[in-house]
Amino acid sequence: MSDLFTRSVPHRGRVLLAKIGLDGHDRGVKVVARMLRDAGFEVVYTGLRQTPEMVVAAAIDEDVDCVGVSMLSGAHLALVPPVIDGLRARGSDVPVVVGGIVPDRDVPVLTAAGVAAIMLPGISADDVAATIDAAIASR
Amino acid sequence: MSDARSRWQESYDASTLRPGAFGTMSGLPLEPVYGPDDGEFPGQFPYTRGPYSSMYRSKHWTMRMFAGFGTATDTNLRFKDILANGGDGLSTAFDLPTLMGCDSDDPLSLGEVGRCGVAVDTIEDMAELFGGIDLEATTTSMTINSPAAPIFAMFLAAAEDAGSRRTHIGGTLQNDIMKEFQAQKEFIFPPRPSLRLVRDTMAFCAAEMPRWHPISVSGYHIREAGSTAAQELAFTLANGFAYVELGMRAGLAVDDFAPRLSFFFNAHLDFFEEIGKYRAARRIWARWMRDRYGAELERSLQLRFHTQTAGVSLMAQQPEVNIVRTAIEALAGVLGGTQSLHTNSMDETLALPTEKSARIALRTQQVIAHETGVTNVADPLGGSWFVEAMTDELERCAEEIFAHIDQLGGGSILDGVVQGIEDGWFQAEIADAAYELERKRNDGRDVIVGVTDFLEGNDEPQPDILYIDGSTEEIQRKRLAQVKANRNSGAVQAALARVRTDAADPEVNLMPALIEAGRARATMGEQMSAMAEVFGRWEERSQI
Repeated sequence: MSDLFTRSVPHRGRVLLAKIGLDGHDRGVKVVARMLRDAGFEVVYTGLRQTPEMVVAAAIDEDVDCVGVSMLSGAHLALVPPVIDGLRARGSDVPVVVGGIVPDRDVPVLTAAGVAAIMLPGISADDVAATIDAAIASR
Repeated sequence: MSDARSRWQESYDASTLRPGAFGTMSGLPLEPVYGPDDGEFPGQFPYTRGPYSSMYRSKHWTMRMFAGFGTATDTNLRFKDILANGGDGLSTAFDLPTLMGCDSDDPLSLGEVGRCGVAVDTIEDMAELFGGIDLEATTTSMTINSPAAPIFAMFLAAAEDAGSRRTHIGGTLQNDIMKEFQAQKEFIFPPRPSLRLVRDTMAFCAAEMPRWHPISVSGYHIREAGSTAAQELAFTLANGFAYVELGMRAGLAVDDFAPRLSFFFNAHLDFFEEIGKYRAARRIWARWMRDRYGAELERSLQLRFHTQTAGVSLMAQQPEVNIVRTAIEALAGVLGGTQSLHTNSMDETLALPTEKSARIALRTQQVIAHETGVTNVADPLGGSWFVEAMTDELERCAEEIFAHIDQLGGGSILDGVVQGIEDGWFQAEIADAAYELERKRNDGRDVIVGVTDFLEGNDEPQPDILYIDGSTEEIQRKRLAQVKANRNSGAVQAALARVRTDAADPEVNLMPALIEAGRARATMGEQMSAMAEVFGRWEERSQI
């Protein structure tokens, strides 16, 4: 059973969750935000309709350990690599993970662009937390 | 014969029926409806058992498949394919930039053009989208909300230019801005000016377009965003009451516009809860319309609805299993008495559907309609103790929520809904319900086939999916550049100036100015920007 909802877990890191682009479907990102909090992460949520530049700025200002991008619209190839490029251009090595809908054929493209992990539909809360732990540990 | 039965019989006898005998597969004859003589009959107030006395014996539901991707040319081909395959209504999915009021050449549209729906920038795209389709013979539904007024104006202008008469064009505009603030989050202007646009389309249709439904009050997105069935029911009907109050405040008589309000519900997997939800919806609407809003026309009291199977119930693992989920959900919609239905395709957790998966989804409806016999008898589950109890319980839950909203609005549902949106109350209620559902799932209390259990087959490769590459975006931008190069910019500027002037005067109906702007080839984004100068833009305070 999940330990996600027991609150006495140690602090696991600071995560920025972001919605990039025009898509307003925020059910998933909000649920993930609350579950990560329950699991001991500190979570900052950008709100809707961010540009890659806004996410880069927020990640640096908030000094986070990991950036999680929620992508459901299919625009991941256009919108996620600029986040990574922007972070690296500003000297940040903070890992970027993606959650949402990514067709199989786009997975290697995102990985090559530097995405640390891609989380697909059906993943459990424990696995989301473990994936973010691993991304943070890989820094 | 009792009074109720004889009134029903009279109405049934006056109905036109589909050809063929209505009996079982084995030849047993079937009554059009079953129940006690002194009970409620379909087509009778409060319409729990259906809006019409003969239900599917007269006409099956409309098999209205939602489609749209790429350019107008791509979607026009898919539309023709749907009509050729026996679909009998069109339903247009627009891409995210269009839904958000951005043109294809807007920097914010990068990567999104034509991806989740069709890109429409100008009246020329609209003309191409419906080219070769008789808009007086086929009804058209358009899923668009914040930019609904300019898109509708473009559609109407293009249809008239192609020879259709405005009095003969039938269809539905989603135009339900309340649920955008509450759930789907495709808002642009703040709530109050957004409602003014809804009022303008309602008043315009009441005066000019007798076959058009200006609002489809939509619970679908509320449910998809994570609400419970009772919240979907209550928030949707409260939004419906709010639009009724909006029309009445604008000076329209309730019976002049209420008959053309339609509804749109989700069909989720909990079969009997969903059926109870549809039955409760009809009953609540009839009672409130008569008792609170003083409607007298039968059509004002009869709730009619479209159903779509639950996108959120589809799983990425073993996607073929989604065909089964969708079939069960669709059957709930039919047993609940839906007037039209969209069935999702098995691959929609992965991408937009392929032609084949969309065809299977349509075939699912055709099997229910033609092979199962469920269309022979109206409200076949009426009288089941369980279904009646579900119906009553969902009605009770909804009434509790209405009482809260009414209190928020100081005796007005319209003011209560706007207040609830501005306070973030609806948004928080929905997010809480979504979180609770996911918690339950993660505690291992729910079994989901292919996800929590029964995993054999999960390692098979994904089926072929529809892949939209970047070329659509380039093609659409070129089309837009061409329209912009060939238009009369003086006329565009003059039309946009009129949009601004009319927007600034809340007493004026904006539709004529928007029709003129569409004809002048002002883009949708230009029209939305002109209105935003007057209305401002809405930003949500995000809470988690």
